Amino acid sequence: MLKDRLKNNSMEKNNFNIIIVGIGGQGLITLLSIIDEAAFVEGYDIRSSELHGLSQREGSVEIHVRFGEKVYSPLVHDGQADLIVGLEILEGLRAVNRAGKQTEFLIDGYYSPFIGSLRKEEILENINKIPRDKLHLVEAVDICKKELGNEVVSGIYLLGYAVNKKLIPLKRESVLQAIKNIIPEKYLELNIKAFELANYDK
Amino acid sequence: MNKNSKILLGNEAIVKGALSAGVSFVSGYPGCPAAEIGDEFGKIAKENGVYAEWSTNEKVALEAAIGASFSGLKSLVNMKSFGINVCADSLLPLAYTGTKAGMVIVVADDPSCWSSAQTEQDSRAYAYLSHIPVLEPSDPQECYDFAKLGFEISEKFNTPVILRTTTRVAHQRAVVDFDPTSNIQHQTPNFVKNPHQFCTMPPRVLEMKKELLEKIKKIRQFVEKSSTNKVSLKKSSGSLGIVTSGVSYLHTLEAIKELGLSISVLKLGFFYPLPEKMIADFIKDKKKILVVEELDPYLEKEIKRIAKDVNPKLQVFGKNLLPEIGELDSEKIALALAKITGKKFSCQSGISLQLGKLEIPKRYPKLCQGCPHLYILSVIKKFAPDAIIGGDIGCYMIAGYPPHNIQDYLFSMGASLGIGHGIKKATNQKVITLMGDGTFFHAGIPALINTVYNKSNPLVVVLDNRITAMTGHQNNPGTGKTGMAEDTTELRIEEIAKACGVKHIKVLDPINMQELEETIKDFLSKEEVSLIVCKRICALLAKRQAKE
Repeated sequence: MLKDRLKNNSMEKNNFNIIIVGIGGQGLITLLSIIDEAAFVEGYDIRSSELHGLSQREGSVEIHVRFGEKVYSPLVHDGQADLIVGLEILEGLRAVNRAGKQTEFLIDGYYSPFIGSLRKEEILENINKIPRDKLHLVEAVDICKKELGNEVVSGIYLLGYAVNKKLIPLKRESVLQAIKNIIPEKYLELNIKAFELANYDK
Repeated sequence: MNKNSKILLGNEAIVKGALSAGVSFVSGYPGCPAAEIGDEFGKIAKENGVYAEWSTNEKVALEAAIGASFSGLKSLVNMKSFGINVCADSLLPLAYTGTKAGMVIVVADDPSCWSSAQTEQDSRAYAYLSHIPVLEPSDPQECYDFAKLGFEISEKFNTPVILRTTTRVAHQRAVVDFDPTSNIQHQTPNFVKNPHQFCTMPPRVLEMKKELLEKIKKIRQFVEKSSTNKVSLKKSSGSLGIVTSGVSYLHTLEAIKELGLSISVLKLGFFYPLPEKMIADFIKDKKKILVVEELDPYLEKEIKRIAKDVNPKLQVFGKNLLPEIGELDSEKIALALAKITGKKFSCQSGISLQLGKLEIPKRYPKLCQGCPHLYILSVIKKFAPDAIIGGDIGCYMIAGYPPHNIQDYLFSMGASLGIGHGIKKATNQKVITLMGDGTFFHAGIPALINTVYNKSNPLVVVLDNRITAMTGHQNNPGTGKTGMAEDTTELRIEEIAKACGVKHIKVLDPINMQELEETIKDFLSKEEVSLIVCKRICALLAKRQAKE
């Protein structure tokens, strides 16, 4: 599957590179751990890099996941991402400068403004400059709130979407296994539901 | 023995490595990016027959471990970069006395200051100051292996060993092969009196220095043979070579791969002492060497020095092509290599959205919804607009970000008050210092005593949110729980202040904003130092406790 995906890539390489952006507290590290684990389940080499501490307090957070035959650096440099996942729309826009020609965008339309922030219309206008075939704008927070009564799993919903649309070269079964390995028992059902919610044509 | 294999964070791998080496005693002070080490030990200590504590500060943490080591227990000390400054006073004599049972000191630097105020410190310099061996892992597997090796070297040479990580090592996840940790034998503790080794008094102290320098010579021989220093792509006969260490090694391999080059790389696991013969062998036939290291150019200087003897014509590149500020990545290294080799490298950045003119405003970290500090900052901003506000280390340094913007200086743990006292002695201006409960216990008390003793009158506001919050909710002497969640004496900040001689003390809940406002107005007019304890639990912790 990875090889198929990589065939479509303009770059000659054997790794899949993801940048995840969002706001501290949105569950970015849980999402990263699940992707790491799923890639591990599939037998890939993995490296990822995350941030803790002050940046977690609702500031911008950017974390990196890389998997493939052999991964060296834990960081995805500018232009190297195959997929950018944005858990908030302004943070998604911020990451545009990190993208390359091959980069696909999976961005939550969820908008968390702050003093001095751009207006949502302004953000949308710029987000929509991303080539149509590369942009997936999804209302993950809204859907999770409505369907599950809990927005904290919006990242897991996006992961389900990415697997379903083959934006990420991981099998549904491996990600489900990873969710079971990573998520504590009492939140497991909620997370599986969030994942399956976006996985409509199973 | 069967190997286990699992994805681990660098810090988790250090815990596993230390357990496997038979660590019995763990102490430290929480700081990013090291805090998960102490957190994890707090959880698993008992079941593994280990003692673990969060100490009051890094100096006390190191001293506790020294006591354990002298009593025959293997110990691990964990701290962030600045922690080594705090414990340096005891670290240097420890090199002279040496350890008895093995000791590894983890120091986690933070290039790019992702979660650090203060400075972008390169703690490797302490190797020169202290003559303590320094190991630099580059990924979680090496975190595990080097933690074990650190104990081995420490036991073999009776020296403490520093395991120096950085954010991208400590907070890197990768697959780690590790041994099962069941049936680990712990030593039986016993302090055997030996003032000859444990007292650094003159005239013996100079004798000890001589012994230390001789010990380092022996360790240097060991290091020359250590497989932690390795040459990859040996067969590459090119005239260019790379010397690197830590996570820069991984970025370097990535850059070489992207450029499609074949370059021989010397990867150093030891920063101190350096395998000088190995380096000399590596550089003697080369025309050019690129030194890839983050922050300060220590390796570069050493390599230039060694080259003078073995290859004076060698061109050494380093900080002339790579930044001294901020962390490295493979792109920066590829650009440097492109310059040296003449190879073309352009990163495929930008899908040309014409975002050119669009400035995306910075999203600063902010205080959580319901955070008790919010009340305090807003009252101070409104009712003491002229006061000089001294900031300190904790979540509340967000006072320096918009929309608060009320922090006039920020230094190090406890410095809000130390500096505040100086301003009060120098001027007649009003000074309010903001300090959290953890910071008060860590370094605030000596500064408080100084203000009382030397008669100045800043207003000390202690933001007591009942936990050390910023680094991930660690217990401290004010919470009534230890690092292993055992019950203990709950120290009261107001009682300590009283014992320090502070005459005007008030304890209040900051959501009573009127009471806070009146107290601030009243206390700002006092002739002597005054102190308000704003006591209310961290909102995030309260939410978490309600869930459980």
